[in-house]
Amino acid sequence: MFFNSLLTNFAALEVGQHLYWKIGNIRLHGQVFLTSWILLGALLVFISLGTKKMENDPKGLQNLLEFLWDYIRDLARTQIGEKVYRDWMPFIGTLFLFVFVSNWGGALIPWRLIKLPSGELGAPTADINTTIALALLVSLSYFYAGLSNKGWRYFEYYVHPTPIMLPFKILEDFTKPLSLSFRLFGNILADELVVGVLVFLVPLILPIPVMFLGLFTSAIQALIFATLAAYYIGEAVEEHH
Amino acid sequence: MLAFNFFGATEGGLFDINATLPLMAIQVVALTYILNSLFFKPVGNVVEKREKFVSNNIIEAKNKLSEVKKLEADLLTQLQSARTEAQRIVSEAEDESDKLYKEALELANNEANASKEKARLEIESQTSAARDQLSKQADDLSELIVNRLILEK
Repeated sequence: MFFNSLLTNFAALEVGQHLYWKIGNIRLHGQVFLTSWILLGALLVFISLGTKKMENDPKGLQNLLEFLWDYIRDLARTQIGEKVYRDWMPFIGTLFLFVFVSNWGGALIPWRLIKLPSGELGAPTADINTTIALALLVSLSYFYAGLSNKGWRYFEYYVHPTPIMLPFKILEDFTKPLSLSFRLFGNILADELVVGVLVFLVPLILPIPVMFLGLFTSAIQALIFATLAAYYIGEAVEEHH
Repeated sequence: MLAFNFFGATEGGLFDINATLPLMAIQVVALTYILNSLFFKPVGNVVEKREKFVSNNIIEAKNKLSEVKKLEADLLTQLQSARTEAQRIVSEAEDESDKLYKEALELANNEANASKEKARLEIESQTSAARDQLSKQADDLSELIVNRLILEK
């Protein structure tokens, strides 16, 4: 009986329900685009404000943006290496910012107050489509990085220490996007669910530490995603000797 | 029922993959270009310009510092040589003054000795002259006494 009621309560969280937009035959998850547009709009406004008047002596917002830029550069440089990190820095930085803004936006803004006809607003990264899209972009990027930097010699990587590694390296090309997408998706969805269930069961005080933990996880997941993406690209452009 | 909502439902579900995926990918690629022109390039330009400025200044300061050190060493050797030169001149002057002093002293000594000797000789001659005169006077006197005694007899 209890289990049954818990399940219906759980179902009240509207897990796996979407706001469908239909364009011809195409179906889209509208709530993902809505939140991502709001969050990315905020991010772009923030960045435009910060870079509006660039000075040699940074002030206020420019300071923060320069810190962010420096942070992303360090991340890209340590993972990809001195030679080509410049080409990939915008991509890595965009991944980091997108995931970070999505995660934190999903956790910080009380989207639940906005009622949708179906589904509910939340972190765009809690939707499997978003994370798979990001992961596939990372896969394409590291293939492109390897091929454009080393040409066909890129495939030496697959037999690098010994040809025995070939099946594992091929398998890796599938597990990399899989693990990237499911790690992010799982963490953010789980965080949303835990907070949702706790708010549902004990609406006062108790969810707050879990919310803080969620913020922590969100930031860490953004860092992990960007770092791994950079690492994969770095692995693809690395010269073997 | 719930499991159906979670997974594999034809409509909805957690793993409902559809056109959201490619559109989101396009959106992220577009975002990459927008952020590149709006954020990464301008901020990178400013930061790298400043880093260049700072490193140039550091190099310049290092050059100046090494120049200063060279000049300091140069000055120190100059000072050293000037000091030894001064010491040499002082000791030379001291030697010379010493020599002059000694010469003067010797001269004065000699002169003093000579005048002393002269004075001694003069004293001696005068003494002997006085003595001669005295003995002559004694003779005269004794003669006078003798004569007087003879006369009285």
